[in-house]
Amino acid sequence: MSPGKVGSIMKADVAVVGAGPAGLAAAVAAAEAGALVAVVDAGAQPGGQFWRHRPETVVPEPDGSGHHGWRSYVDLRARFDAARRRGQIIYLPGLQVWMPEKNDAGFTLHTTPAVARARSEDAATNDPAGSGAGNGPAGSGTVVARRLVLCPGGYDRQLPVPGWELPGVMAAGGIQAFLKGNGTLPGRRFVVAGTGPFLLPVAAGIAEAGGQVLAVLESSSPAAWLPHLRAAAGVPEKALEGAEYAAVFARHRIPYRTRSIVTEILGQDRASGVRTAKVDADGRVRPGTEGVYDDVDVVGFGWGFTPQMELPVALGADTRLDADGSLVGIVDERQESSIPGLFLAGEVTGVGGASLAVIEGLTAGAAAARERAADKADASRATRHRRFAEAMHHAHPVPAAWQEWLTPDTTVCRCEEVTASQITEARDTLGARDSRSLKSFTRAGMGWCQGRVCGFAAGCLAAGQRVSASAQSLSDAAKRPLGAPVSIGELASLETDS
Amino acid sequence: MSTQAQGAAETPGGPTVELTLRFDGRPLKAAPGQSVGGALAAHGITAWRSTRKGARPRGLFCGIGVCFDCLVTVDGAANQRACLVEVRDGMQIDGSYPQAEGDRQ
Repeated sequence: MSPGKVGSIMKADVAVVGAGPAGLAAAVAAAEAGALVAVVDAGAQPGGQFWRHRPETVVPEPDGSGHHGWRSYVDLRARFDAARRRGQIIYLPGLQVWMPEKNDAGFTLHTTPAVARARSEDAATNDPAGSGAGNGPAGSGTVVARRLVLCPGGYDRQLPVPGWELPGVMAAGGIQAFLKGNGTLPGRRFVVAGTGPFLLPVAAGIAEAGGQVLAVLESSSPAAWLPHLRAAAGVPEKALEGAEYAAVFARHRIPYRTRSIVTEILGQDRASGVRTAKVDADGRVRPGTEGVYDDVDVVGFGWGFTPQMELPVALGADTRLDADGSLVGIVDERQESSIPGLFLAGEVTGVGGASLAVIEGLTAGAAAARERAADKADASRATRHRRFAEAMHHAHPVPAAWQEWLTPDTTVCRCEEVTASQITEARDTLGARDSRSLKSFTRAGMGWCQGRVCGFAAGCLAAGQRVSASAQSLSDAAKRPLGAPVSIGELASLETDS
Repeated sequence: MSTQAQGAAETPGGPTVELTLRFDGRPLKAAPGQSVGGALAAHGITAWRSTRKGARPRGLFCGIGVCFDCLVTVDGAANQRACLVEVRDGMQIDGSYPQAEGDRQ
């Protein structure tokens, strides 16, 4: 970052944060409604996590294999590129917002590069619209816009388990991201565990790429869907997706074990195997059902998703607990939050997948560009997707008894290496019953990731056995003084700006 | 180690080019478009950061820039996320976790 770039200001009618399904849709809708749109994204090229693909400098025309809804991406991307050519979208990739502000002008976003740039790249890039590269400032910069659409997405929710800090243990979505981004696998023999339909595409992707999936361990049971069949039937394409995965599982003989969990990762300096067990409906281990998988390279975990809430929380948007226990933003039918001019779309309004995120993004983008009521057809599609998501959350809950899986020395906060017993001790003897007091007593959530990984689990542990983290506790955990690590120079530039 | 080692040949439709990185001072082949973490994993290297308190090994975890477990020094810039940085020819990568002899091919 060259010092001259600090403080460079981009002005737009609408700023969009994120270029995944929701962000791309929001940007396109706002631009097509006539607004000048600035898109800030941490990724190096459009797509977000769901449509992550290999660098377009290496594979210029990805064929979408291994992706779902790729046609939707191709359509949005074409409209995104067309709007860039018209000069209506300013695309700023590789930047993270470390501080958002609400002020008289609307919103100001202070950004920092996601990745340190090579000296040769220090000059401002100005690639032709349509390339994955952007046309923004090379260093950090400031974006000012009258309205803001936040589409920061989410990441795999994690529950600690003995040994999960060993190398070779990854987020399920991390394995998928590795495959989508590199075109290769991070190992040969995999176990995928946790809960939810997302485990299926992760395992199917591994198998289709030539990896061996020893087992998929799902803590819930298919019977958990029975009370929700009406909601599931409202989104028939999900059943088709499920049938595709079933075919892949059959072709590769992937064992899908329900009511099953990983109880421990085995290995000294890296994961080498897992212990498993069957559980009851509450997630309690059933004695006598223990098993072991040996010779495992990679263990992938996913317990649903955690929406990236720091920007909505930092701006003071009202929040609530969703059916899956996640903190999400409250929005109206136009996706506008409690803060006028601040729109939220995608996982930050409730984990619901890419199709819903696109609908929400289109609604938010159009509304942010001009006062416009939500499209009735979009609204009804969104409702069906939300009902499906709610059914999914009920069918794949975080098991009530998960805290019983921990041993006293299980790492909970990976960054600060805080153990389960340190947390329960702070809770029981010091009265640390929420994430904020837990932080000050144990440093859980104070490290590099700022509680993004352990925030949910630590909040639940602080609340007590069989209790989930409260909205207040999760909101406190998402209150991060900085949305991303920044340099001292960037902090100092704030004063010279104002 | 794995079938994925030396991913250069697996660039579908793209030119088969090999890049050379230096990891902890030793040369390492990589393919264009790989992330630093992707290149290291392709050589069977799973850990390159040492934790501050317990000096425990860490490598890729979230894979998408959220967890900061995979921090590495790239061309002298400290604390870069190996899952996000794309490899470049001649890139110098330095970890903080000591690599055992024979760990790498």
